[in-house]
This record gives sequence, structure tokens and C-alpha cells, in this order.
Amino acid sequence: MTVIEARGLRKAFGTTVALDGVDLRVEEGRILGLIGPNGAGKTTALNAILGLTPYQGELKVLGRDPWIERDQLMRDVCFIADVAVLPRWIRVSQLLDYVAGVHPRFDRAKAEGFLAKTTIRRASNVRELSKGMVTQLHLALVMAIDAKLLVLDEPTLGLDILFRKQFYDSLLNDYYDRSRTILVTTHQVDEIQNVLTDLMFINRGRIVFACSMEEIESRYLEVTVNPDQVAAARVLKPIHEQQVVGRSILLFDRMTLDKVDRQQFAAFGDVRTPSIADLFVAVMGNQRGAVQGAGQ
Amino acid sequence: MNLQSNAMSESFQSQSIAPAVIPATRVLYWSVRRELWENRSIYIAPLAVGAVFLTGFLLLHLFRVPSHMRSILALDPMHQRAALDQPYMMAAGLLMVTAMVVGVFYSIDALHGERRDRSILFWKSMPVSDLTAVLSKAAIPIFLLQLIAFAVAAAIMWIMFFLSSVVLLAAGISIAPIWSQLPIVQMSFLLLYHLVILHGLWHAPFYGWMLMVSSWARRAPFLWAVLPPLAIGVVEKLMFNTSHFTGMLLYHLGGSPDSGPKSGDLMDMLGHFQPGMLLRESGLWTGLAATAVFLAVAARLRRDREPI
Repeated sequence: MTVIEARGLRKAFGTTVALDGVDLRVEEGRILGLIGPNGAGKTTALNAILGLTPYQGELKVLGRDPWIERDQLMRDVCFIADVAVLPRWIRVSQLLDYVAGVHPRFDRAKAEGFLAKTTIRRASNVRELSKGMVTQLHLALVMAIDAKLLVLDEPTLGLDILFRKQFYDSLLNDYYDRSRTILVTTHQVDEIQNVLTDLMFINRGRIVFACSMEEIESRYLEVTVNPDQVAAARVLKPIHEQQVVGRSILLFDRMTLDKVDRQQFAAFGDVRTPSIADLFVAVMGNQRGAVQGAGQ
Repeated sequence: MNLQSNAMSESFQSQSIAPAVIPATRVLYWSVRRELWENRSIYIAPLAVGAVFLTGFLLLHLFRVPSHMRSILALDPMHQRAALDQPYMMAAGLLMVTAMVVGVFYSIDALHGERRDRSILFWKSMPVSDLTAVLSKAAIPIFLLQLIAFAVAAAIMWIMFFLSSVVLLAAGISIAPIWSQLPIVQMSFLLLYHLVILHGLWHAPFYGWMLMVSSWARRAPFLWAVLPPLAIGVVEKLMFNTSHFTGMLLYHLGGSPDSGPKSGDLMDMLGHFQPGMLLRESGLWTGLAATAVFLAVAARLRRDREPI
């Protein structure tokens, strides 16, 4: 089942093109990371998906047009835009009352259960909570909603590392199952490395790279090449090369290399699967290679 | 392609039949409650004003009631009434003004504030339509504030009435004049009618306009709400030496010539009072039509506008 389907999604703010023909297809049960530099169009893409901004092109989220049917769509879609959107004046108990009042899929007991594991008091104002607690609160609300799609825009921005780790842990352990879909954007790519099932890079309003995490594992290799092997390794046309404390780290796309198996790379030096950050640097630094990668 | 997407939406629809849909009235109810949580001045201001007035009445007036009464009894019946209902009119008037002031500030900020503090992103993550949100906000100045003002004013009037009676009885003065000259039940109904019809429905286009500006303006919604109508009035005056626009605004602000206490006292109003009088005026209905347009535009703008 397709949860998000976009074709030729475009959006311009005056002369600035935020989305320049984005094609996107997200299937049920995936956890997709949308990664891109600042101003790449991530938030615009999410806003279009959430019905917060008009767009050109075709977009269906759970079979609905988000711009026309935002309110119906929100029965099945949750989002955390960033840590600061919960109204600061509201009391925790009021927030629970309100969501229980307007949301047909909200399970109040479940939310109370999540909150019981935190130090958040029912009588507190959101204003009195720390940034981490606000995120915990928002996450408790969202996880208690039986939604099909959860959209997270920089959910852990400004949180300390304990909260960040806990955030993704509870998301995976207490919320995610195969029938839910999660779309997340973040700059802290390292901590979602093991969370994602799919990865997408966006740059200047275009998807420049799209790949599942399994595919990344089988397809991309990062080799820390022994100095005497560098010339031989370069023959295999790495898609990216960087120098780290005097050693060359080469990134290979095995798709472009027929019949070269892992053993041969092992002869050059240490072989491992590249991290999202490594791939990101390689793809962004080498847009031509990236476009090829996205095309396949 | 079309077939495919139709099939897709159907499969989703069939999936989402099972869970109950929350009735629109319940969503509206919680949306209004949420407004009261955020803007406690909606009920605190009338209560505070009422409390201050009542305290003032108790301290300054109540114990002078017997002597006051004696002097009133010396007046002719027309002046008796005017003198008797004065504090009651003051109480009602104060609460009307309070409701208006709170209503104006509320309406100017209602759709601007949520964009300013970005909480609109949270409200929009709930399955509540923009129209429901706008209607719940419009209900505050048009209905709720007027009903609260009525409740507080009526409570004060009844308390004053009974306290005065007790004091007069204790002083051995007949309470017949106030019981005959102050028809407290009719006064309460008249006040309710006046608040709901004039301050609510007649003024509705003003609140609608302010809500619309509130959802449109990026900054200074108050100036945007006030200056353009003022400018239109001035330009009209300068160019054509007429004041139709200003006249229209004043007409909607004051209601029709027979709609409110212009100079007379409560008794005059009671004398002229005909239920439904205001409802027969076409101005009321054109005003409500304008309100509907303003609110529809406000809902549209709420969808389009991004956090500031």
C-alpha cells in the first residue's frame, strides 16, 4: 500500500524554487529519512504532505489531497513539527482533554501510560516544562494516536543526547509496527542510522538520492585504502574520495562495478558500509554521481 | 492514472470506516473550551469588573439607600424611575463595555497569536477544520462574551435589588416603590435581548472583520483593522464630501435608531420594547451576511497563511 505518492511536486516562493519536481513514493511500514542541507526543501516537502502549504503537481497522502482535505487527513496522520509548537499556555491535563475531545483515534489511557514514565506533572503548563519534556509530552500524545503516518520534522532539535536516544528508542519500541509509516527529517543523521528503513537525500528542491537501507548495505562500500593500494583502487572509479589523517577513504558504488566482489575491496584495506553522513557528503559533493544513483 | 488513484483512495476509505468520527458539535465544543483556557480574560474581566462595581455599590451606596430613598420619594414618578434604575443601568453598561473591550482585543489577536507562537502547527495537526477553528473563535465575542456579560450583570442587578430591599426594610421604609418601579425580571430579559441581539448579532460584522484581519495581517493586526475603514471614511469625506461609509459603520455599531438606549433610561426602552423589532431590520441581516463572508475568508486565510 502506498502511503505517500508525489509526482512532479513543485513549490516556489517568489523566485526561489523550494521544490523542483519531486517524485516520491513511500510504502506502508517504511521509516524514511529525508536528509538535506539547510534550505534544500525538506520542510516545504513535509508541509505539502501535511496540507500546510499549497503546491503544484500531484500529491496523494493516504489517498487524499492534503491541501483540500487536511482535517480529514489528520485523523490518520500525526506530526511533530519541532519542539516549540505545543501552545505554551496550555496545561498538560488540558492538552489531554482537548486531544481526547477532538481526535477520534486518541487513546487517552495510553497517553497517560507514556506520561507516567516521565516526570511531567498533569498540572504543569507547557511553559514550565523543559525542552526535552515538551518533546516527551508531544511524543506521548502522538504515540497514543492510532495513526497510519507519522511525520517528524527535526524532532530532536535542541535536545540533549539522552533525550534524543530515548526519543527514537520509544518510537521504535512503543510505537512503530509494520502497519505504520514514519517520515523523518533531521540533521542529526548518525542517530537515525539504525532507525531508518529508507533514505532519501534532497538538494535544491530535488530528490538526488533514494535507496533502502538494505540496498545501501549491499551496494555501497567504504574502503580505507592502504597507501600503496590507492592507485589500484582508484581504477575502480570510486564515487567519492576523502583524506582523513593521511589515509584515503574511498566510497564505491558496486552497482557500477560488475563482477567485483567484496573480497577484492578487502585487498585494498578496511571495508565497511558507509554511514549516512559519509554517503551524504559523497552524494552532495558529487551531484552527477548522485543523479545517476537516484535514477536507478 | 486516474483509475489507479481512485482505486487507491477507495481502498483507504474502506479501511477507515471502522473508527468513529467525532461529531462536529463536540469538536466545536472542545474548540471553544480551548479558547476559554487560553483567554481567561473572557470570564475573568467581566467577573472582576462586576466584583469591583458590586463592592463599590456596597461601600458607597447601600448604606445611603434609606436617605436616598427618602429624597427619591419626594420626586415625581418619572424622575423617581430614572433615579432608581441609575445604578442598575450603570452595572449593565459597564459590563457591556467590558464585553466589547475584551471582544475587540480577543478578535484582533485570535488568529494572529496562534501564528505568532507557531502553535497553529499543533492545532493544524488535529483533525479540526479551519472553518471549525474560525467559528469557535467567532463564537466567543458574538455569543459567549455577551452571555457571560449578561450572567454577571444580571447577578449584580439581582444582588443589588435584594440588598436594597433588605436595607430599606431594616430602616423601616417601604420597599413598594422599588418593587413597583424596578421590574427586575423584565429588566433582566431586556438586558439579555440587548446583549445578544445588539452586542452580539448587530456587532457581529465588526468581530468578523477583526478576525479576518487577524488571520491576514503579518503584523500590527490592530492597525490593519482600524486604519483602512478610517481611511475610507476620510477619503470619502474629502473626495465626495459625503459620509455614507462612516454612517454605515455607525449604523451597525449603534444598531437602528430604535434599538438601544440612546438617551432614555431603561424604562423608556421597556416602554418601546417590541420583541423582534431588531430582527425585522434588514441591516441586521446584511450585517450577518457580511459576517459570514468575513469568517469564510478568515478560514481560507487560516489555511493559506504560514506561521509568522
